[in-house]
Amino acid sequence: MNVLSATGEALVLIGTFFYFLSALGLIRMPDVYNRMQTSTKSATLGSLGVIIGTGLWAVGMGHSVAWIVQTVVVATFILLTNPISAHALIRGAYRSGIPLWNGSVVDKYGEHLEAKAEAAENEKDEGDGE
Amino acid sequence: MGEANRFSRYAYTVIVLFLIWVLLTASLDRQELIFGFLLSLFVASFTYPMFTSRGLGNLHPRRVAYAMAYVPYFLWAMIMANLDVAYRVLHPKRPIRPGIVHCKTVLKSNTGKLSLANSITLTPGTITLDVDGEDYFIHWIWVPDEVLGAKTEGEHVENASRNITRPFEKFLKVIFG
Repeated sequence: MNVLSATGEALVLIGTFFYFLSALGLIRMPDVYNRMQTSTKSATLGSLGVIIGTGLWAVGMGHSVAWIVQTVVVATFILLTNPISAHALIRGAYRSGIPLWNGSVVDKYGEHLEAKAEAAENEKDEGDGE
Repeated sequence: MGEANRFSRYAYTVIVLFLIWVLLTASLDRQELIFGFLLSLFVASFTYPMFTSRGLGNLHPRRVAYAMAYVPYFLWAMIMANLDVAYRVLHPKRPIRPGIVHCKTVLKSNTGKLSLANSITLTPGTITLDVDGEDYFIHWIWVPDEVLGAKTEGEHVENASRNITRPFEKFLKVIFG
């Protein structure tokens, strides 16, 4: 037991805790948008903790330094790709017409889409007139 | 910003691919390095047109320094926001006040906009719903009073941008332009 493996174990524990939080958020939040907030995000930090923790732990146990280098690379790729899927999912949810939760206070995106549709409509009408 | 010449873009792609190879193999064995370099040359020859438009300009020391500074800054912001969301999940009353807000960005390049959108999405509590030109539509788990109480559209955008996009923009402006 040395400092490195202790840190690694602590990181894995913290990561697991964030996994737990995201699962809890999935149950507690009222609509798909807020569920995305808790589930995807905590899962990112959870994965970072577990993956990098594993790397540190392995190095602390006397394995090669390659462990930590490779786990950091894996973590970086997760950081780069995770938000894209989150964005695609939430945009797909909105576009397919899933309503916001009743307690939501503002929806600028809906207003923006309406304004755009209206502008396109007006343009079309003018085009027909000519 | 215009496109760099082909050699510069090709060289930049080779450098990035080779760096990833070295990190993934995590060894400095000569055979590995030579083979990785050849492979980078080969792969870069048909991926560089879509990989980069600015080529070696990306490796300007100022950009690299800001990118290095951005990593800890961003990780810190991410951890703090995670704790904030954790608090909202665990609190018995579930203190959320979600809404979709409107932000504007000063970033010009597509890569910069992508990075900003990804940074916002990775920070818990905010998800980028859509990007339309310079307009960002962001789902926010707790819309603060100053944004909610804004009287005009301009004030709303200003307050929301100050909270969400500005902190990242000062770095990304230098890194991606």
